[in-house]
Amino acid sequence: MRIPISALIGLFFTGLYFSIAIFADFISPYGVAEIVGDAWEGPSATHWLGTDTIGRDMLSRMIYGGQTTIFVATMATLISFGLGSIFGFFAAVKGGWVDQILSRLVDLMMSIPTLISALVVLTVMPVTLPILIVVMGILDSTRVFRLSRAVAVDITVMDYVEAARLRGERQLWIIFREILPNALSPLVAEMGLRFIFAVLFISTLSFLGLGVQPPMADWGGIVKENKEGLSFGITAALYPAFAIATLAISVNLVADWVLNRTTSLKGGRG
Amino acid sequence: MSDALLEVKGLKIEATAYPPGEAPRDITIVEGVGFTVEKGKVLGLIGESGAGKSTIGLSSMAYGRGGVRITGGEVFVNGRDILKVGPSGLRALRGREVTYVAQSAAAAFNPAKKLMDQVIEATLHHGLMGKEEAEARAISLFAQLGLPKPETIGNRYPHQVSGGQLQRVMTAMALCPKPDLVVFDEPTTALDVTTQIEVLAAIKRAIVETGVAALYITHDLAVVAQIADHILVLQGGKMVEYGTTDHIINTPAQAYTQALVSVRSIDHQEKTGGAPVLSVKGITARYRGTKFDVLKDVTVDLPEAQTLAIVGESGSGKSTLARVITGLLPPSKGEITFNGRTLAPEFENRTRDDLREVQMIYQMADVAMNPRQTVGTIIGRPLEFYFGLRGDAKKKRIQELLDEIEMGEGYIDRYPAELSGGQKQRVCIARALAAKPKMIICDEVTSALDPLVADGILKLLLNLQKIENVAYLFITHDLATVRAIADSIAVMYQGRVVRYGSKTEVLAPPFDDYTDLLLSSVPEMELGWLERTIANRKMEAAGN
Repeated sequence: MRIPISALIGLFFTGLYFSIAIFADFISPYGVAEIVGDAWEGPSATHWLGTDTIGRDMLSRMIYGGQTTIFVATMATLISFGLGSIFGFFAAVKGGWVDQILSRLVDLMMSIPTLISALVVLTVMPVTLPILIVVMGILDSTRVFRLSRAVAVDITVMDYVEAARLRGERQLWIIFREILPNALSPLVAEMGLRFIFAVLFISTLSFLGLGVQPPMADWGGIVKENKEGLSFGITAALYPAFAIATLAISVNLVADWVLNRTTSLKGGRG
Repeated sequence: MSDALLEVKGLKIEATAYPPGEAPRDITIVEGVGFTVEKGKVLGLIGESGAGKSTIGLSSMAYGRGGVRITGGEVFVNGRDILKVGPSGLRALRGREVTYVAQSAAAAFNPAKKLMDQVIEATLHHGLMGKEEAEARAISLFAQLGLPKPETIGNRYPHQVSGGQLQRVMTAMALCPKPDLVVFDEPTTALDVTTQIEVLAAIKRAIVETGVAALYITHDLAVVAQIADHILVLQGGKMVEYGTTDHIINTPAQAYTQALVSVRSIDHQEKTGGAPVLSVKGITARYRGTKFDVLKDVTVDLPEAQTLAIVGESGSGKSTLARVITGLLPPSKGEITFNGRTLAPEFENRTRDDLREVQMIYQMADVAMNPRQTVGTIIGRPLEFYFGLRGDAKKKRIQELLDEIEMGEGYIDRYPAELSGGQKQRVCIARALAAKPKMIICDEVTSALDPLVADGILKLLLNLQKIENVAYLFITHDLATVRAIADSIAVMYQGRVVRYGSKTEVLAPPFDDYTDLLLSSVPEMELGWLERTIANRKMEAAGN
């Protein structure tokens, strides 16, 4: 198996980000909330990325922030794909009123901008990580529902699905053995994209103050804390932006590669 | 350069293949092909899919479809090598000297424009005539091609005319700029048999009256025999035989041509009597949300281990009957008895044995198999599901089934995409057999296949019937297939059974009007058949 160079780059950086997030406790030189210097020191041998608005080590903040952001985004993506694809496939296979009710419910949810509904829910609920994850996951699952339903509707009319039905197969077999393998490629591509949207979404929420709460760090929160520095030429607020951008590109390089591999399999779709 | 209008010499066409996981490589599609078409003559290009006939046809316009390159040889049109004339020379050639009629008229027309505007577009583009003159010519061509209301049909949109009419409008489009050569690429393949012959006759008349030369591409030797002066037989991109139509049909020299000519000569002894395994009584059915009965009071019997052929053109309700029998479409009236038991109308309410004993083989083997499952999984699942076979026992039985369908070893781990069209259909047959059914519904199982491959499948089905004692409900529009395989026949027309009985009874005169039309529409491999048939018809084909 030959891995194209773009996928190698993507794999390397995605792996790097995820391992930094997983091993944050061992890698990071200082504690996440430890005040170790003056406000907004420049990069130095002791503080590679300088310090932030109240003198915490920027590199440690970035590492712990990455951990939170990636963790929340990953969990939210998994929830949205779990919910969205199962309900989407179910609606496609069942059809009729089941499909109508589910689809109209999703239309209703999608008619309100995600950010607005998230803000409303989060002002009412206590803002903890699990609640953040669940809210993001459910809101995002509407998009996944639409995609997986659309893909599955095309597949359910295939003769091989009809053959499986006439054989007397259960609904679960049809969903997981006949439809899922054929719907995987578009879903994988979407997953890469959705993960990045989740990263951006949690960063937006934190920037607005309704996401990850201090003293925990996350990339959106770091931008918020350091944004005033920009007018004094302090680059601290740009690090998270750079991190999000590189993560987005590398994850999608990997998703593209997976997509290519699954569509050009010897058993490729049509 | 006497009368040679099109002269092709040593044509070589290549394309680049992109096998997954390997480096791209060049493959040769057509090699060493040469022929001449004289003014006013028709050359038939014939071969199976993949023989390169369409590619060769398009090369007479110096055109290569996506990724296909003409890499060698010379193509002379009116004495100049069109491979060397450059883009502006080609623009002057295409749509003026050489025009093209595509297989699927429905896909070749722009649905948003009126027919007339599309028919005269090329003529106006090349500035050959003024708008009024071009429209007058189009109208006279419509009349020549036997289209109804030639003065006004041009004001319609493509969806407002039938498939057979659309094909004739496209022929008018090709003839409108008074070309020297028209390339017909399977113009009647997508049409019903009864419509096909009307279109064929119209095309032939137009060719004779306008004196245009033509390349006629088809896979059906009987069709091309009616229209061509010369025939070129192709196989795998190489020339097999080239000669006059009379020579190819009556005294073919090559073994491949002989096989093509003698295809469908299966000798099948008709079986009669026997207790019915399936009885369909008074079935009336309609699709949900419609008020139109697709099936009206259909009653047929299928005796054990015999074959009942359901014949009719598209829209006659023959596939709907299959859906009713399998329980996909519950009927509004009537009942189905299978093996002495009354079957539940919906397949969800049927027992596992009922489901097991009625199996189905589909027309498009491509979409009848999950592309993500191996042959082993596809055939193995019914074994596991109905009989609980696992591990080695399952593997052994899969191999037995593969042997039965004459495929042998080495296929268990392959994916459907790695099989040929005929092999795919064989795997579908094996999947149906795996359930040990009493009856198999074959829905147009050979119509997507090349004649020689289809022949093999039919022989296999007949053989399996003897070994497995299985009954076939054989749905088809192809009477040659019916002759080859059926014991009894039901002819369907507009949702009704219009003629039903044993094969000899149904195929012997006196005929009712529809059966006569159907029988007389099957092209025979004989010169002059078309003219004779058109002259003797009792009934006009509907909706052509």
